[in-house]
Amino acid sequence: MTLAQLAVNGKQPLLEIEHLYMRFGGLVAVQDLSTVAYRDEITAIIGPNGAGKTTVFNCITGFYKPSAGRLTLHRDGGRMLLEQMEGFRIAKLAGIARTFQNIRLFAGMTALENLLVAQHNPLQRASRFSLAGLLGLPGYRRAEAGAIERARHWLDKVGLLDRADWQAGNLPYGAQRRLEIARAMCTGPTLLCLDEPAAGLNPRESAELNQLLLDIRAEEKIGIMLIEHDMSVVMGISDHIVVLDYGRKIADGTPEAVRSDPNVIKAYLGEAEEEEMPEIVASDLGLAG
Amino acid sequence: MAYFLQQLINGLTLGSIYGLIAIGYTMVYGIIGMINFAHGEIYMIGAFVTIISLLVLASAGVTSIPVALVLTLIVTMFFTSAYGWTVERIAYRPLRASHKLAPLISAIGMSIFLQNYVQLLQGARGKPLPPIVTGGFTLMDSGGFSVHLSYLQLFIFLLTVALMAGFSTLIASTPLGRAQRACEQDLGMAALLGVDVDRTISLTFVMGAALAAVAGLMVTLYWGVVDFFIGFLAGVKAFTAAVLGGVGSLPGAMLGGLLIGLIEAFWSGYFSVQYKDVSVFAILVLVLIFRPTGLLGKPEVEKV
Repeated sequence: MTLAQLAVNGKQPLLEIEHLYMRFGGLVAVQDLSTVAYRDEITAIIGPNGAGKTTVFNCITGFYKPSAGRLTLHRDGGRMLLEQMEGFRIAKLAGIARTFQNIRLFAGMTALENLLVAQHNPLQRASRFSLAGLLGLPGYRRAEAGAIERARHWLDKVGLLDRADWQAGNLPYGAQRRLEIARAMCTGPTLLCLDEPAAGLNPRESAELNQLLLDIRAEEKIGIMLIEHDMSVVMGISDHIVVLDYGRKIADGTPEAVRSDPNVIKAYLGEAEEEEMPEIVASDLGLAG
Repeated sequence: MAYFLQQLINGLTLGSIYGLIAIGYTMVYGIIGMINFAHGEIYMIGAFVTIISLLVLASAGVTSIPVALVLTLIVTMFFTSAYGWTVERIAYRPLRASHKLAPLISAIGMSIFLQNYVQLLQGARGKPLPPIVTGGFTLMDSGGFSVHLSYLQLFIFLLTVALMAGFSTLIASTPLGRAQRACEQDLGMAALLGVDVDRTISLTFVMGAALAAVAGLMVTLYWGVVDFFIGFLAGVKAFTAAVLGGVGSLPGAMLGGLLIGLIEAFWSGYFSVQYKDVSVFAILVLVLIFRPTGLLGKPEVEKV
């Protein structure tokens, strides 16, 4: 596909996934997945457990080398082939940040330090082989002040400014989840990948999360990809939904199109005639009444 | 009292040296969870580079002792760091993804290799160095016993304190130190945030080797003789110091080093010189039995 073909309705493609395969021995975790995530859009990947959603994320962020396929990231008019890049370069050069299902903060460091590690590369350059950093030279001081300012901005955004000096591991669960998103944003990403950001959040926290993600999309003009089981998050904020089942894509489109797709309903609930759909599921999928 | 004070001074000198070596063990353990058994040999190489550098400077006509010492310090740190970097690059990095025991065995192999390498290149006989820094203060005289603090001992303390202060600042407040602490907790996550993990690990080895090099320089000046085998005993004692302080904890390594130095000096002073090594290793056994996490180490709690 060419860029012109992809840029439908003036939307700019950000990440292009083409014929992605991931095999583990005899198991095919992802099979021939092709889709596009656009800039300024929230793309959700959903599917039953074991559908290969996290595997897709692991391929995008360089944790796995795909067995086949191409991952192209469009940034600043150039393109990068992610499947050929080392993990840390994907974060550093392509600007992809991610969070995990389980929280992976640096628990022994403060909230602020967590956000400063995320800005390691600019700070490391400013510290000139650590000498300027060690001696506290003015150039480094300025860079550090800038980094702290950015960290404050994000701490404020996620409502943790007053707890900047807390050890990350001592923060409450919901706060740790938000801090992870703040840390990912501090890397200055072009694409933010969130793996089940709403897992374990109560309804109020998950509504706050929705607002935070909508703000990020509106203010930062970046693409967001998320894996989520919480349909209130997925249906509430996604612009584009990709549905996986057993490693294959079974639907790809707007929330409205996906929620009425018979393949999706079948994958989630089994054959319609076998079983009555529980009311709560139906209302989540917007099928009630 | 005077005798006690003298042993204290000797013990602190010795402890400074052990502490500097112990930091290398503890940092490497912290970041990749392996005990670098070749670290003692890195220290031994530091001692040899010191001798070579001093002799070269002397034959080049550098007569000022402070100038010669500063130049030697820089040269020794540089060359020894290069050894530390190379050892990590060829013996540990290729094994990082494999079983935890593999790099450990590789480290033992590297240790034997480096000993033999220096033995072949430099000969098996001890290399003497005439005392360069002489003189000192007499702190007190009592009952025919005078407490002596040599300039060299003072130099060792001050250099150790300065290095440890600089080093703590580096770890606490520079981007590199922050990256190291982040890698210590979660290598994969650090990489995802754009930290070059391989480079951070390399630099950890370089820093450990640079401190071991300073210890090598101090030992060469202090005892005036080195051979290819000194790395073994010093390495194991510094390892004991790291365990005593709590493997993975930097202040622990410094504290452990000082304590081991003091224990060794007091044991030699009051009991028997022949059994001084036994005293140190008895500590290792006791710590491993009664407090395996060391004095300042944090117990590893596995969440389920």
